[in-house]
Amino acid sequence: MSESAAVAPTVDPDTRPAPPGRSDADLGRVLVLAGGLTYERDVSLRSGRRVVDALKAAGTEAILADADGELLGLLTVTSPSAVLIALHGGSGEDGAIRAVLECAGVPYVGTAPAASRLAFDKPSAKELIRRSGLSTPDWVAVPHTTFRELGANAVLDVIVARLGLPVMVKPAQGGSALGATAVHAPEDLPGAMVTCFSYGPTAVVERFVTGVEVAVSVVEVDGSGSAQALPPVEITPPSGNYDYTARYTAGETDFHVPARIDPAATRAVTELALAAHRILGLRDLSRTDAIVGEDGTVHFLEVNVSPGLTETSTLPMAAVAAGFDLGQLYQRLLAGAAQRR
Amino acid sequence: MAGITLDPYRDRYAQRMQGMTASEIRALFAVANRPEVVSLAGGSPYTAALPLDAVGAMLADLVAERGPMALNYGPGQGDPRLREQICEVMAVEGIVASPEDVVVTVGSQQALDLVSRVFLDPGDIVLAEAPSYVGALGTFAAAQAEIRHVAMDDDGLIPEALEAALTRCTAEGQRAKFLYTVPNFHNPAGVSLAEERRDRILEICSAAGLLILEDNPYGLLGFDGEITRALRARSDEGVIYLGSFSKTFAPGFRVGWVYAPHATREKLVLASEAQVLCPPSFSQFAVSRYLETQPWQEQIKIFREVYRERRDALIEAMTAHFPNGCRWTTARGGFYSWITLPPGLHSKVMQPRALAERVAYVPGTGFYADGQGGEFMRLSYCFPPPDRIREGVRRLGAVIEEEIELLETFGRGRRVPPGPASAPGAAAPPPDLV
Repeated sequence: MSESAAVAPTVDPDTRPAPPGRSDADLGRVLVLAGGLTYERDVSLRSGRRVVDALKAAGTEAILADADGELLGLLTVTSPSAVLIALHGGSGEDGAIRAVLECAGVPYVGTAPAASRLAFDKPSAKELIRRSGLSTPDWVAVPHTTFRELGANAVLDVIVARLGLPVMVKPAQGGSALGATAVHAPEDLPGAMVTCFSYGPTAVVERFVTGVEVAVSVVEVDGSGSAQALPPVEITPPSGNYDYTARYTAGETDFHVPARIDPAATRAVTELALAAHRILGLRDLSRTDAIVGEDGTVHFLEVNVSPGLTETSTLPMAAVAAGFDLGQLYQRLLAGAAQRR
Repeated sequence: MAGITLDPYRDRYAQRMQGMTASEIRALFAVANRPEVVSLAGGSPYTAALPLDAVGAMLADLVAERGPMALNYGPGQGDPRLREQICEVMAVEGIVASPEDVVVTVGSQQALDLVSRVFLDPGDIVLAEAPSYVGALGTFAAAQAEIRHVAMDDDGLIPEALEAALTRCTAEGQRAKFLYTVPNFHNPAGVSLAEERRDRILEICSAAGLLILEDNPYGLLGFDGEITRALRARSDEGVIYLGSFSKTFAPGFRVGWVYAPHATREKLVLASEAQVLCPPSFSQFAVSRYLETQPWQEQIKIFREVYRERRDALIEAMTAHFPNGCRWTTARGGFYSWITLPPGLHSKVMQPRALAERVAYVPGTGFYADGQGGEFMRLSYCFPPPDRIREGVRRLGAVIEEEIELLETFGRGRRVPPGPASAPGAAAPPPDLV
């Protein structure tokens, strides 16, 4: 084990008290929400099935449900003690489904609607992080209407003059790297913008920072509401680009848990994830994606209020590395949510 | 410190699996099958038009009368009675065949794989129409063949383009193993090989010693009821013929066939036995009984009418809703229309916007082995009812308009960012959408 492992935050599940009042074991029936109508439907279904399998293995009756016209009726019929949202993108992350669950009086795992909406919008989240004195690569967020009104070439020239090249172009909302392109040459910028605008109306153009890519997940499982960072996961895709294929093809990307970064960087990236979780008002679980620059500076990229829970996702990987049984982890999150009923 | 790899066998896979990775296109198609989305992507036959009560009763009789045999292994070459009936079906297309030279397969997709196993070594050249059926491209790619596309127009494969491709092979000191062609109601192009070109194509291939792989799943589905004689009907040599009951009866049984010269047939049987032991007996018996007891040719007429009405709905809706600059083929049979987008538009790039508007199609890139085809898309009219087709086309028209507006903003000369390098098939839609 590397030296960094000694300082990586770890969790001993055996020492964690169950949330007061209701034990994990008597959760009753729970519902895992997955699917939806976003571009990440496939990923979401993979997350949902994994979570259901883990919960069943841990002895909890878990139902997989889609976010469709049947959902509210199903909630009434099944009366779950809590819902775990494994929806990615769109209404699963922008607060909409959470608001409906609150109206229906159904407790759920995860961040409340207003904070979800804010965190899901990358430029809004980055702005709050920057105002808090944390580092995030410089960026410009521009809707496609602005390019049309002011002229695309002129706007792109201004952006490149400000940010330089290379840059990362990505939709302001959404995940799984869909619609994201690293641009190294100016002639590739218009094509990257069009690709991005196919996924949403606003693009974020962000200065490209080279370094070690890490993901740090945060969970709240001790019943007191305090957030706990899991070990940072270092992501090393063979092509250098952590795109959709690299994310969801098992074996396409190597991971290191804990990340092969020095103790100071490990502390910094862990503190960054906890700070993002706190500053953005997140709850229960989140994942912060960051870059440890070549000079050791840690840069915030984005945060996920509904992190991937698939077989290739970093939150389950970090949880297992920290000693969690995944089924018990999800039980604890659900038990915590059920307390809010 | 070693990292975590989520695939402990990563360094042991065969080279032919390179590029078989998760793809964005596959992920996006997960949305396409939702009922909220009008899917003009899928190539599924409209099996609801079958006499399901009669089929149910027929299957019950089959189990009652021949259950023990139907539920057991059978001959590797396929059920002898079904092979006779397959010859009767081929006779409708003018082919005089012996049941001895028919091999029943698990859909014609297995036939494609068997032919590839029997004929292709890594690096061999396969000539295929541009565009080509995505399932064939995936099979040839898995055999590590080099796929070279040959141009088509509204009359199908262009003889001069085929000659040019052969000339190029000769100049390079190479020889193509076979020409893969779908001559009738092409998937995805929706066109048919013109009568006057058929003999010419046969002559060119004969002169070059080039084997033809004729894939003909749609041949009986011409809307005017006229059946064009198959290439195999015109030549006793040099053509391996693939047929299927997926479009004329039901794909759920997965029954197809390959009709090949005697010596080749023996190799195909051995290859098939190594792969699946025997084609599924129950499915074969079911198809055989269907042909025996049901008016299957009358049912094909019903299918033709269903599909013609839907084709008309598609064409009328495209005429009404698609912006200037779009062109399309008007199929005289089969399932598909092939759309050419206005210059500069890219169907793969546009796909997320279409799904956001709840309409799905298959980007043209899936039908090329070399990443081309972005200016095209395939629309299927076989499954959704006419009203849904009209609604889907209306939505798609608006999507194309928006994409044109973006294009005008960012310029027509923009480069499309290259996607991840996926093998043909890996970036294709899933089986129920091919």
